[in-house]
Amino acid sequence: MKTNGTGAFTGRIARAICLLALLLPVLVFASERVPKPVINIDRQGKCVEDSATMRREHPDMLKHQRDLTMHEGIRTRKHSLKECVECHASAKTGSVLGAKGFCQSCHDYASVRIDCFNCHASKPKLASGVKP
Amino acid sequence: MSADANDGLSRRGFLAISAATLGGVMLAPGIRLIEIAGARAPEQSVSRQVRWGLLIDTNKCAPGCDDCVKACATENGLKDTGHPRTDAQWIRKVELKDMRTGRANSVPVMCQHCEHPPCVDVCPTGASFKRADGIVLVDRHICIGCRYCIMACPYKARSIVFEAITDQNPDVPRGNGCAEGCTLCVHRIDRDQQPACVEACTKAGHNAMFFGDLNDPHSEIAQRVAKYASTQIRADFKLNPGVRYQGL
Ligand code: SF4
Ligand code: SF4
Repeated sequence: MKTNGTGAFTGRIARAICLLALLLPVLVFASERVPKPVINIDRQGKCVEDSATMRREHPDMLKHQRDLTMHEGIRTRKHSLKECVECHASAKTGSVLGAKGFCQSCHDYASVRIDCFNCHASKPKLASGVKP
Repeated sequence: MSADANDGLSRRGFLAISAATLGGVMLAPGIRLIEIAGARAPEQSVSRQVRWGLLIDTNKCAPGCDDCVKACATENGLKDTGHPRTDAQWIRKVELKDMRTGRANSVPVMCQHCEHPPCVDVCPTGASFKRADGIVLVDRHICIGCRYCIMACPYKARSIVFEAITDQNPDVPRGNGCAEGCTLCVHRIDRDQQPACVEACTKAGHNAMFFGDLNDPHSEIAQRVAKYASTQIRADFKLNPGVRYQGL
């Protein structure tokens, strides 16, 4: 399959290769070959901040709020983990954990361990309120 | 020098209250500043003018009754794991008997919420701490599970969690590897409710437990401790516990 191409022909091939290289990630995503996190939001309405802020800054918000709550008894609802769980627990499982759970799905994808739920309830009060 | 180590502090506390009550006179008839401080706004931090405490009337506490222990377990999600020797114990009933006279007492013992808590002194990370309103807590985010506090507490009030926990009460996060003890039901206090043990004791008609602000001279608990003789367990340690016992 070897051809003795002219200068123009080689140029065209080079351009095609460049284009392919640029398009590759887009094509791959479009073809669903790379898994993406499942983000199921069952509850309608707005989060406490816009999505971009939430994605980047939710760990800092939670950490800030936890210190206020723990040490100063400030239990405002806006940035509290309990409220995250209230809103984002799946309608199906009642939890933010599980393969398709709101918290776990993204954290699995990003390979970031969530320690919160070793201690904190992953279900809102009503769902977890089953007496032993 | 017979002066109690706490004298200075209680005097300061007293001055703070007098200031608060005086301030209250200006507000409106019948409304005192201290009441307003009690009903704290959600974004307001806890006040050091408050000193939460418990009074336990041992004359009314029946031997064998464990209503308070059960209420604590339900409220805080303490479940029987089948390993009673290592299960966390936030409150226990202790039966006492004076061998000379035969007089018996049955008393609930929980974290005594010391004013000078040794569990806080020894904690290497600062996880064990005292909130401004006198409630002694473990910040599990910082606790490394070293168990120093368990060794230091003279009341055996701290436990460590040995097993993974699921289905916690959303208000009471707890988990494997952290030290813990009675929180005085801080999550309930923060929404102006009584601790679960006190509520259960009153509901069952025993009326052996009282909860309130020891610094507020108008609170029932402060009036009771002013009127009746009450003691602190091992008062000789001078830790000034917030839990007091009547009839011991
Ligand atoms: S009773 Fe024990 S755990 Fe509670 S404050 Fe005192 S030393 Fe700390
Ligand atoms: S077990 Fe936790 S709270 Fe207790 S002393 Fe160690 S770090 Fe502090």
